[in-house]
Amino acid sequence: MKNAWNNFIKYRFLLVELVKKDIKLKYRRSYLGILWTLLEPLLTTAVLTIIFGKFLGKGGRTFPVYILTGRLLYTYFANSTKAAMKSIRKNSGMIKKVYVPKYIYPFSTVLSNYVIFMISMIILFLAVIVFKIKPTWHLFQAIIPLSLLLVLVMGVGMILATLAVFFRDLEYLWSVVLMLIMYTSSIFYHVNDLDLGRRMWIFKLNPLYLIIVNFRNAIFGRPMDMEALWLAAMYSFGSLLVGIIFFYKQQDKFIMNI
Amino acid sequence: MKKEVLKVENVSMRFNLMEKKVDDLKDYVIKLIKRELRYQEFWALRDVSFSLREGERLGILGLNGAGKSTLLKIIAGVLKATEGKVTIKGKVVPLLELGAGFDLQYTGAENIYLYGAVLGYSKEFIKEKFDEIVEFSELGDFIDVPVKNYSSGMKARLGFSIATIVEPEILILDEVLSVGDAKFRKKSEKKIKAMFDKGITVLFVSHSIEQVRRLCDRAIILDKGRLIADGTVKEVSNLYEKRINEP
Repeated sequence: MKNAWNNFIKYRFLLVELVKKDIKLKYRRSYLGILWTLLEPLLTTAVLTIIFGKFLGKGGRTFPVYILTGRLLYTYFANSTKAAMKSIRKNSGMIKKVYVPKYIYPFSTVLSNYVIFMISMIILFLAVIVFKIKPTWHLFQAIIPLSLLLVLVMGVGMILATLAVFFRDLEYLWSVVLMLIMYTSSIFYHVNDLDLGRRMWIFKLNPLYLIIVNFRNAIFGRPMDMEALWLAAMYSFGSLLVGIIFFYKQQDKFIMNI
Repeated sequence: MKKEVLKVENVSMRFNLMEKKVDDLKDYVIKLIKRELRYQEFWALRDVSFSLREGERLGILGLNGAGKSTLLKIIAGVLKATEGKVTIKGKVVPLLELGAGFDLQYTGAENIYLYGAVLGYSKEFIKEKFDEIVEFSELGDFIDVPVKNYSSGMKARLGFSIATIVEPEILILDEVLSVGDAKFRKKSEKKIKAMFDKGITVLFVSHSIEQVRRLCDRAIILDKGRLIADGTVKEVSNLYEKRINEP
């Protein structure tokens, strides 16, 4: 344990460098640069609002903000788990030649995506002003679902990174799972509008939905949904624990498979 | 007697090779159902033990597939031995395939920080040594150009300059003395020689018996993963020559 910590301290500069590299290179390559991070959720939210808000006549005045909150969190979850999954293979050249703690690759990927996610929050901030949603002290609660999301993504990312070393075609399977997660995250509909009956448990199995619920509560000035909070915390820390143990047990085999 | 800096105790390395490489889920499931998942065990190293004292320069001889690279990778920490233990005192710098850790989109200057971090150096340390690295690499203005536009010689030069900026206790050399053009090669050999003179410990792998004779004072022979000879460079290299020339 102490060794692992000392090692982390020794390589923390590498972690910072890798996070910086991801962000720098992402924006160096595209002409619109940082603007894309803001434009992309804005445009997808516009599309979703038109289809679900106008055509289906759902939602109300603040429906675009409702969509945007779900959309931003889902995009972060999807992008960073996908990137973390590929992180070990992507850095195989380095892993084969020099010793570095291997968890640093999924970690740095998840963190750099988190920074980009935080930048994309600017758009939410603007939307809240435009749609005149009064900020309340509940806004501070947002930090809890946002932290849980990071923990969840770290855990899921490590599990996927490990599995992807052994199974190259995992990406295809994961994109299907991501679709399932997207449709059960109530991004563009209200759960109350659905005719669920006793089938509410489907949503309670989706950690991302549970996190989005409390993030929305914070933005719209409502108290936290405690059940969703506990469940989300359980899933997040559970997946982190499983991820760390699984990754740790398999990491010595990575080099023979990449 | 000088102190021991490297101790390799009963190290064995096993690889599980699948008869056909299976690395996706679809193949795995199909093979599992058809019961075609057979593994073949392969021991790249078997019960290898030796130790090095400070200042010793060890040449590792052996034919292709004898386990030389595997042994170096275990000592460098890249691979973990299946059995046995490796104890190291001091900083190990592996000069294996220089520049393998570079990011091609990044400029030379950015790569100095990145590669330095990969080798476990701190930011302050790299900052301090930055000019020295640039100067030694002779890259000049190219340092601000993305590495993807470098020639392989330039990459190797930069890699060599970064990796040798610290004075390690143990240096691992895998036939890297052939870096860049003739001029730079001389310069890098001089730098390595200077390190030798300061009394660092060296592990050197080469197919050239001549090079091993020139640089090392001790040698071992690996054959199919087993250590079959260990002694002074003269004895061992003669023995190795004899084994090669045997029909």
